Amino acid sequence: MRRTLLAAALAAALSLAACGGDDGGSGSDAAASSPSGPSGKITVFAAASLTESFTELGKRFETAHPGTDVAFSFGPSSGLAQQITQGAPADVFASASAKNMQQVVDAKDAAAPATFAQNSMEIAVPPANPAKVAALADLAKPGVKVALCAPEVPCGTVARKVLANAKVAVTPVTNEADVKATLTKVKLGEVDAGIVYVTDVRAAGAAVTGIEIPDDVNASTAYPIATLTDSKNAALAKAFVDYVLSAEGGEVLSAAGFDRL
Amino acid sequence: MSRGRRRPAVSRGRFRPAVSPRLSKGRPRPATPWPLAVPAVVAVGFLLLPLAGLMLRAPWRSLPHLLAEPAVREALRLSLLSATLATLCSLVVGVPLAWVLARTSWPGLSLLRALVMLPLVLPPVVGGVALLLALGRRGILGRYLDAWFGVTLPFTTAGVVVAETFVAMPFLVVAVEGALRGADRGLEEAAATLGSRPLHTFRNVTLPMIAPSLAAGAVLCWARALGEFGATITFAGNFPGTTQTMPLAVYLALEQDPDAAIALSLVLLAVSVVALVALRDRWLRAGVAS
Repeated sequence: MRRTLLAAALAAALSLAACGGDDGGSGSDAAASSPSGPSGKITVFAAASLTESFTELGKRFETAHPGTDVAFSFGPSSGLAQQITQGAPADVFASASAKNMQQVVDAKDAAAPATFAQNSMEIAVPPANPAKVAALADLAKPGVKVALCAPEVPCGTVARKVLANAKVAVTPVTNEADVKATLTKVKLGEVDAGIVYVTDVRAAGAAVTGIEIPDDVNASTAYPIATLTDSKNAALAKAFVDYVLSAEGGEVLSAAGFDRL
Repeated sequence: MSRGRRRPAVSRGRFRPAVSPRLSKGRPRPATPWPLAVPAVVAVGFLLLPLAGLMLRAPWRSLPHLLAEPAVREALRLSLLSATLATLCSLVVGVPLAWVLARTSWPGLSLLRALVMLPLVLPPVVGGVALLLALGRRGILGRYLDAWFGVTLPFTTAGVVVAETFVAMPFLVVAVEGALRGADRGLEEAAATLGSRPLHTFRNVTLPMIAPSLAAGAVLCWARALGEFGATITFAGNFPGTTQTMPLAVYLALEQDPDAAIALSLVLLAVSVVALVALRDRWLRAGVAS
């Protein structure tokens, strides 16, 4: 699912790039000539866990700034960082981990990222809760099938940090490629529990039940955002980043379950 | 098919597979028309350029170190094992299916053919979701497997074989069905006239006749299974040693360490090339020399 999504996003990004000469040009011209605000089109690469909240932020931003068009490509932060350093045409990067943002900064594709939110973890179980999971310790019981994100992606790193904090040794039945795939295995009832972001449990609604992880063992990941050096519409890119960091942006993110800093 | 057509193909009690004309010697070769040559060169460039990219970017110096990881050997072992088992499963049920599709006729057969060939065009991830809904723990059949036998396929090596078989079997069926349609029915009818039972005829007449296509179909099926990604990660999950095949290892390595991903890709590439070349040679020799 994610691969097709990425492919579609890539195709969209490429077609954007193809007509980007015109759009970018007219966009910066317009920005220069009208002091009222930026216009034109930007592409935002954002972590999969930001899918719902950034889609909402994009809509609000476009409404507040008529004549702007904000397109998104959602995926695992690690994969998006790879695409950016390989030259993918993007204007803004919002990562689910400081590490992946640092890769982009190290490659001189971005500078001065700002952290805009934090996300902590929660146990997700199918609504029927067949294994009667009530706490982290239950995940280590024999016969309980657990899905985690792969250690290579941010949600897998944080989930393992949580288990280490709680001193619970869990052998998952699968290391999923991203947080949405982990959530899907829980939704379908193929596993008895998964460890995902608080925001994913909230976005899934009634399809899964969330079991809170105590604050003293929970771990979180910080979300940095930055404009990209190669952006063809730096004015609009900066305006969108400012909007995400604004009070209104914060409200949308809090409603989705993110912690503000 | 012409009834009762005779072919002088019987010798020493064995039926000789027909030698395809392009392999016979001494025939004048037609000159390649240039309107075909130009796009053909473009196609070659298009298909080989990505391979060149992989070769040029490969971290040759650290390659031995990257490949010495036990995880790599484990993924390779699992890939070879599951692709081979998937091919065997495909042969056991796919060849009979091809026979039914090629040799019987009843209403709805063309619809059935379209449906069983669907995995050829279905995005593999969709195939994986469909498998979960059918054979998963809550699936229409899977729930009974779980309740009655305590068997759940997702997250097991058997699940990998199931996912690969689902995606790869149609490649075998297409090849074998085509061969059965093109094969000479006269030989089978002659065998029947001489008192050979149907199953005996199938084994001793039909199968040797279609052997080259059967081998080619099996190789295609195996290669497709070896490279399977979408259905496997969706249905069987991803865990080292149990369900993490080479393509899954490549994909996840790419998230963190592109050099490791390229190294793994090279291994998969080398295995595929060796297998395709070796099996194709054997198949060609069998076709010409038997």
